[in-house]
Parts: sequence; structure tokens; C-alpha cells
Amino acid sequence: MAKQILTTKNVRLSYGDFEALHGIDLAFDENEITALIGPSGCGKSTYLRCINRMNDQIDGVKISGELKFNDTDIYAEQTDVVELRKQIGMVFQQPNPFPMSIYDNVVFGLRIAGVRDKSMLDEAAQAALKQAAIWDEVKNKLDQNALALSGGQQQRICIARALAVSPNIILLDEPTSALDPHSSRQIETTLLQLKEHYTIITVTHNLQQASRIADRTAFFLQGDLIEAGTTKQIFMNPEHQETSDFITGIFG
Amino acid sequence: MDKIRASILTPSRSSKLERRGKWLSLLCLGSICIVVIAIFGFITYRGLATFTTDHVSLSKFLTGTDWNPSVSKSGAPLVGALPMIAGSFLITILATALAIPFAIGTALMMTDVTPKTGTRILQPVLELLVGIPSVVYGFVGLTVVVPAMRNIFGGSGFGILSGTFVLFVMVLPTITSMTVDALTSVPKSFRYASLALGATRWQTIYKVVLRSATPGILTAIVFGMARAFGEALAVQMVVGNATLMPYSLVAPASTLTSVLTTGIGNTVMGTAQNDALWSLALILLIMSLTFNLAIHLIANRGSLKR
Ligand SMILES: Nc1ncnc2c1ncn2[C@@H]1O[C@H](COP(=O)(O)OP(=O)(O)OP(=O)(O)O)[C@@H](O)[C@H]1O
Ligand SMILES: [Mg+2]
Repeated sequence: MAKQILTTKNVRLSYGDFEALHGIDLAFDENEITALIGPSGCGKSTYLRCINRMNDQIDGVKISGELKFNDTDIYAEQTDVVELRKQIGMVFQQPNPFPMSIYDNVVFGLRIAGVRDKSMLDEAAQAALKQAAIWDEVKNKLDQNALALSGGQQQRICIARALAVSPNIILLDEPTSALDPHSSRQIETTLLQLKEHYTIITVTHNLQQASRIADRTAFFLQGDLIEAGTTKQIFMNPEHQETSDFITGIFG
Repeated sequence: MDKIRASILTPSRSSKLERRGKWLSLLCLGSICIVVIAIFGFITYRGLATFTTDHVSLSKFLTGTDWNPSVSKSGAPLVGALPMIAGSFLITILATALAIPFAIGTALMMTDVTPKTGTRILQPVLELLVGIPSVVYGFVGLTVVVPAMRNIFGGSGFGILSGTFVLFVMVLPTITSMTVDALTSVPKSFRYASLALGATRWQTIYKVVLRSATPGILTAIVFGMARAFGEALAVQMVVGNATLMPYSLVAPASTLTSVLTTGIGNTVMGTAQNDALWSLALILLIMSLTFNLAIHLIANRGSLKR
């Protein structure tokens, strides 16, 4: 049995008076890809942001429930959010490289963590860019501004940037929704290679993508987790009517 | 068929109106251009008279330290403008340098540290500071800053330092509000990306927000410098108006603007005294053009980087 690296119990979240998550119970196994699917506005991004505490940035958010990463409480008083986020990386829906060189982007996380050694940074940058399957495309222009790259390349730079700090978990919020099919497939391939070393949780609107890459899939609907299981089971043999309706495209 | 043809070929009411509107705005633009060119031409023409009709050499004018246009020495009036030039630059640089940390700190309070309360309190304060007329600043400087300087450093209290403090308050809102604009134009997604990588809030501000906003902040600083360089009344009230080299920050000194405002009413057009003042005005004009150029250069460099 694989180790459960992340467990969440009865996670409730409200933005002011509006409750966006009504108690989510979900656990994630190490070195697996989990896809979160569901119609727009059902709370996938909200749930994802709970895991690395990015919701802390939003005013008026109240969270209850129990989220544990490697058996430590993510929301405990003594949890260091900065350290937590080094362990749990995130890639956003829109590619958001900093307006700096490709190299500076990738080593950003290491530099803020205090790494100064040039050869160490070089090595980490190269490794991360290779893992993100973009090394060959950018190896000759590492000092070029990252904003001059295409959207798909920018997103892979963002993935490399997240990988460079060697997190345990990588959260991806619709990482390919702004990309063309070819770039999307490249990123999918990347993710499949990455799961050897990382635990990956990805939100996606693309059901084929979920079926192609995810080991497990969780279906959200209006702030509830309807069902979660192996991808095969969710797609072939869902327990709930809502799930099969969503999968077959009747709504959502 | 003919009807459609006719209606297409004859200009309609609205297209006539549009053409008239275009002419009207061209006319306005043209007259503004003429006014601007006339001002430039006039100042240049009058400002050069010192060198052409009064035979002052340019190097004497820029490096001489004796300012006494009514006295002639070896055929040319004594118009060494270096004390005023030095005073203007000194006061501008000191006031802006003093204002930069305060402006950036205040702006960060409003955008990143405590956006809600920061903006609610500081926005009205800034708007108020912008709206206060310079004579009021000068008056406060005269009654508060100058006596304070006198008590601390002795002497009269008038001087570059008093002017620096008054100008500091005056350029602070300009630089701050433009810095706020520069900071808010840094996308939120940059901040999120940085935080998600395990950066602290301070690291995010320092490494991402300020860095991305640098061209905008530089523009804000140059604007502040331009404002400081051109401010006349408030400075004139506290600087002491002695056309001496500013060897001490607490001794009476003068700036280009202060000499102009005190002197222009007491000279007769066409005299050497008057010409000398026009030459000072020409320096001011050149400097403001330089500031403008700097702003454009920064803007271009900044946009290239993006
Ligand atoms: N910052 C916020 N303030 C208030 N309400 C929010 C905020 N962010 C999200 N919500 C609300 O919470 C609910 C869930 O939003 P969320 O962004 O998590 O949905 P999602 O499943 O990611 O949707 P999508 O697939 O469109 O990205 C929505 O009803 C949304 O309106
Ligand atoms: Mg979303």
C-alpha cells in the first residue's frame, strides 16, 4: 500500500458568507497523479489552494477541517507557511513567469531559500528544465526574458520553476487550459515522467486528459466531493448518477 | 438602386460632422503647438542675448561664481550662474533622495502591506498634500522649518537644508502616487507565483514587486525631481536668496527659480540684468526637457524588457 502523503478531512471553506466547500474528505497517495474534475465554479481551485494555503491571501476566507501533509497539520498555529509552500509547489492556470531571464525564473525559489552557490544553481536549473521537458528548447537562451517565450513554453518554465525547489507535492490548476493541444500533450508527458519523484494533484477541465494521465480522479460538484477513486473506476463504472452524467457530458 | 448610389456618394450629415470635428481638433492642436514653440523660441532668443549682445562667455556663465549683473567687469556683466545651478541641483537631489524611501515605503503600505487600511488613510492624505498651494508650504517652512534649523544649526536658518525639507514634503505625494501606480500595475499573479514558491512577503516585495516596477518607480522619481527643480515660490521663501556658492547646507543660498522670482520684477527688459535672468530661465527649460527625455527613455527601456 502506497503511503498517504496528504489527507484532508471535512474541509469547509467560506468566502465571507458564501460556503464554497462543504466538507471534503480526500486522501492522496505518494507518487500518484490525482485529477480533480467537475463543472466550473464547483470549488476545485478553492480546494487546491487550501493545500498550500494560498487562500490565506484572500480576505475573509474561513477554513475548517483537518488537512495533514506527512502527518503534520497544515493549518496548525506553528506551521510555517513559507516552509510548507516549499514542500508543496503550485503551477497556476495562466502561465505566470516573472519578467526576468529564464534562468532567474527557474532558480528563483532556490535563491530566496538562500542558495548562492553558482554551480549548485546551474545544476538545479538544468535538472528542473530537463524534468519539465523544456531544456532542449531553451538551453541556448537561458538569459533571455522568459516573457518572450510562447505560452506553452512559459508554462513549462513555470513547472520547472516549481520543480527546482524540489517539492514533495505539485499542485496544478488547469495547467494546460491556456495551451494548444500539442503543448498540452507535452506537459502531460512531462507530468507522467514526474510522478516517479513527485505527488501530483491537477485540476483539469479536459476529461480525456484526466483519463490519460491520472491514476485517481475526484469529482466535485457545487462544493461537494461526489466521488473519488481510480480513474478507471470513475470513468468506466461511476457509482453516482451525477458523475456519470458529467463524464458523458450531460451537464457541466 | 440610384437612391443607394446617391446616398453613398454624397457625404452624409454624420460624416460631415466628423470631418468638421477633425478640423476643429487639428486647429486646437495646431494652436497649442504654436504657443509651445513660441515660448521655446522666446526664451531661447532672450536667454541667448546674454551671450550675444552682452558678450558673456558661456563658460564664464556656467562656471563663474559671482552673480552681480548690474556690475560690469572687463566689458561683460558679472553673471556667474554656478551658485544658482549648484543650489538648484543640490536642493533637488537632496529633497528627492530624502523622499524616495518614504515614498516607496508609503506606496508599499498602500499596495502590499496593508492595502485596505493603508489606502483608506493614505490616499486622502496624498490628495490633500498635492492640493495645498506652494505658498502655504513656503509659509509653513518659514514659520516652522527655518526657526527649527536656526535653533539646531545656528545662523539664520535659511538655506539649502530648509529648502530640502519643504521640497521633500512637496515632492513626496507626486513620487508616492506614481509609485503606487507602478506597484499596482505589477500583476497579482507575479505575487502569487512568488508566494507559492515559498517566498516570504518581504522577499516577494523585494525580489518581484519592486523589481518589476522599477521602470515605473524611476519615472516617478524623475517626475519628482522635475517638480523639485521647477518649484519656485516655496523654495524662495526659505532658501535665503543669497547668490553665494552653497558651501554649507545651512547658510543662505539660492536656486535658479528663486533668483528668477525675486529678480524678474526689478529689471528692465533688454538690459543686461534682464538678459541674465532669461539665461537662467533657459537653463530651467533645458533641464525640464532633459527630465522629459529621461522619462521617455525609462519608459522605452521598461517596455522593451517586458
Ligand atoms: N476570491 C473569491 N471570493 C469569493 N468567492 C470566490 C472566490 N474565489 C472563488 N469563489 C467562489 O467559490 C466557488 C468556487 O470557485 P472555484 O474557483 O474554486 O471554482 P473552480 O471549480 O475552480 O471553477 P473553474 O473550473 O471555473 O476554475 C465559486 O462559486 C466562486 O464564485
Ligand atoms: Mg478554477
